[in-house]
Amino acid sequence: MTTQAETATAPGVESREQMNIVIVGHVDHGKSTVVGRLLSDTDSLPQGKLDAVRKECQRTGKPFEYAFLLDALSDEQDQGITIDTARCFFKTPHRDYIIIDAPGHIEFLKNMISGAARAEAAALIIDAKEGVRENSRRHGYILSMLGIKQVVVCVNKMDLVGHSEEHFARIEAEYRLFLSDIGAVSPKQFIPIAAINGENLSNRAASMPWYRGPTLLETLDGFAKAKTKEDQPLRMPVQAVYKFTSQGDDRRIVSGRIDAGRVKVGDKVVFSPSNKTSLIRSIEAFNSAPRTEIQAGWSTGFTLAEEIYITRGEIMSHAEHAPLVSTRLRANLIWLGKKPFVQGRDYKIKIGTVASPVRIHKLLKVIDASERSGELIKDHVGRHDVADVILESRQPIPFDLIGDCEATGRFVIVDGYDVAGGGIVTGSVADAQDDLRAEARLRDFNWVKGGVTPNERAAKYRHRSALIMFVGKAGVGKVRYARMLDKALFSGGRQSYMLDGTNVLLGVDHDLAVDTARAELVRRFGEVVHILLDAGMLVVSTTNAIGLADHGAVQALIGDTPSVVIEVDPTGASTATCDLRIRGDEPEGQVVERVVDLLAQRRILS
Amino acid sequence: MDHLELLEQQSVYILREAYRHFERLCMLWSIGKDSTVLLWLARKAFFGHVPFPLVHIDTSYKLPEMIAYRDRLAAEYRLHMVVGQDAEAIAAKRTFPATQHLPDGHPDKVDRTQCCGMLKAGALKATLQGTGKRFRLNWDTGAYEPDRDLEPYHGVIVGARADEEGSRSKERYFSPRDKNNAWDVGDQPPEFWNQFKTDFAPGTHVRIHPLLDWTELTIWEYIKRENIPTVSLYYDQGKGTRYRSLGCGPCQTPIQSTAKNVDDIIAELKSGKLRNIAERSGRLQDGKHGLEELRRDGYM
Repeated sequence: MTTQAETATAPGVESREQMNIVIVGHVDHGKSTVVGRLLSDTDSLPQGKLDAVRKECQRTGKPFEYAFLLDALSDEQDQGITIDTARCFFKTPHRDYIIIDAPGHIEFLKNMISGAARAEAAALIIDAKEGVRENSRRHGYILSMLGIKQVVVCVNKMDLVGHSEEHFARIEAEYRLFLSDIGAVSPKQFIPIAAINGENLSNRAASMPWYRGPTLLETLDGFAKAKTKEDQPLRMPVQAVYKFTSQGDDRRIVSGRIDAGRVKVGDKVVFSPSNKTSLIRSIEAFNSAPRTEIQAGWSTGFTLAEEIYITRGEIMSHAEHAPLVSTRLRANLIWLGKKPFVQGRDYKIKIGTVASPVRIHKLLKVIDASERSGELIKDHVGRHDVADVILESRQPIPFDLIGDCEATGRFVIVDGYDVAGGGIVTGSVADAQDDLRAEARLRDFNWVKGGVTPNERAAKYRHRSALIMFVGKAGVGKVRYARMLDKALFSGGRQSYMLDGTNVLLGVDHDLAVDTARAELVRRFGEVVHILLDAGMLVVSTTNAIGLADHGAVQALIGDTPSVVIEVDPTGASTATCDLRIRGDEPEGQVVERVVDLLAQRRILS
Repeated sequence: MDHLELLEQQSVYILREAYRHFERLCMLWSIGKDSTVLLWLARKAFFGHVPFPLVHIDTSYKLPEMIAYRDRLAAEYRLHMVVGQDAEAIAAKRTFPATQHLPDGHPDKVDRTQCCGMLKAGALKATLQGTGKRFRLNWDTGAYEPDRDLEPYHGVIVGARADEEGSRSKERYFSPRDKNNAWDVGDQPPEFWNQFKTDFAPGTHVRIHPLLDWTELTIWEYIKRENIPTVSLYYDQGKGTRYRSLGCGPCQTPIQSTAKNVDDIIAELKSGKLRNIAERSGRLQDGKHGLEELRRDGYM
């Protein structure tokens, strides 16, 4: 084994604290001036640069503007020197700051979002004379949605309104009202500034003695680095399960970044939505000291005591604080796509590490975020609109509400090849299978495992367990096909069992009235199937009671165990989703062959 | 978690996302310090393995130390090395070094930017698309043999840093390139949190930049912390000069520096002595907008 610690990590290398901030606001409200002034006041400019630009302005008869300074820096930056206007940086004694994204191209919302999504704090600039404008509002909304909680609002150009306290108070009140209307986090501070003169940026302004709050730099220095999320419930979206076999490596490593919480060797962990459970055997890393505990922030990997079959997209957590799992979620999102976000069309949602087809289930509200009370009467979400929606994914996905865990409560929507929108999960919405899913979870998390693991069974039987359902109206020949398939699989050396719904009715359901207790019939059928699947079987089922409509309920009870649905439909009129549709007049041998092919394709048979 | 660890963990996350989403994935390895840190981060991400090919464009003008170092690490780390080259231009001597003594205006004269355009950008494009020859390292013999795999790569991991120069500061972590390898700076996809652009149209590819947030200083600090082997050209060998950025022999000049090891370099960078000198100032092809032009056309 040559892959473990080859060299020791050298101690003693440390760097200063750094904070990413973003400066936003309506065009011409003075973002460049604030940035230029911050750079010059903190002595972060190349020597003589400011003077050179001032002289150049004098020579050409233009009044000096800090925007010229940024342009000049940008020219220099083309040659690779010192300052990067797209990522300007300045220092205070307290820490280093990186200003993400240049004010110059901030009017492009996509860039503003990409920059702000990486920021830990924001300064929003409002022109005292012009007051609150479209992008003051829109950017405020976006900062809130992106989860930036440390926001300072600078009311700029106070010199143009006579440094009036009243004027400042009016803008503060108006903007606070807007933010509270949209439910945004309220800013830490409102500061009256005149960036051009450096008033209240790094130095207190004598012109506004009525303002006793901190300056902009003091406010920024007062912002805290994001609290570590180590004390929250454990969340690790699985990025991949690696098994690199080269150089004799036989580790099977469940990998991902821990978004919240901590986990240690020996912990029992659960995976959602499959509900599989195992124990942490080891924490894996390359070229670092072995550890027995790891926490939020680390991109890491684990080997498990029992090798369970899990895939990317699942969330690893502890059993007592598992994430939500549903097909429906309520969300706030902003749309950036060239084409609108419409109902009835399939998109892709990416949340945590899961990706699933998704649709709008219900459009609750569409808002023009640049307007106060900007609710729009629309049946779609247009470019730059924000919306309150219920989304419905094709498969149940694991997630959290944004207030519970940020990383697993944020998503993007992909339209075609492009990320076209992004948002946060504000609520969970019950779907038809919620209760069954909760039942399955509780059952699986506490399941007493036998001495034989599913992997061992799969290796011996040469197949994973799976449910193969023949559905369709009574008398179309389901049992005939099911029986042939059962026989064929068994003759091929597989562990198969035909479960006819009638047999469950006769015994397990003996106490139920068939006409009135349909949901309970389905539930019991699903639980019986679940036990057979846990035994490693290929369950071939046929029943008149459990049709296509109930497949979702059964699936909720059997979790991620694969199921194959074959619909027998002599009319050819059915449009329901199934894996294979036959008419019922095909020779049995041919149908059996097609099903076996399908099972092989899905790697159920090995 | 300190600043270097934060950078490291984000890069590892990005590398794993890239590996997941791009079946035809490769990493560009220039042998320089940045892409060597990137290579190290890949070993971090994949627990000691590098599960995709490393592509090196050999202009034939790289310094011999660089090639020796490349092949030593390739053997030691069991790297899938793929080397591409514009052999025609080199054979025809259509290169800056070969024609640099011709007078200006001579029809065969090739300037630095044109040379880079062919030997690097052109060769890179051909190698990525599989239209040019690829040579793969045979671990058993140590020789480079014609690569039978000529399928195009759809994901290309690159060690560009945002602080290096203007155009690189506008990059996203996942940056789409069109069919002609071109980069539309003005219309880039939004990047929300850690959800990246991982869907791409046929014929296009995506550049992946795990080092975007790193700086020259953090790169060296990480090299120190992890004991990453680097080429000796970065250090003063007693002449009072060292290379700060590595390129082709004829188009790079060393800087005045007596930094003899990683500690010296970190101290030198922290002292601010190099503050007003561009990192790539020794790279003579960059010139005024040279690099931005090259990058639009597919240069890394």
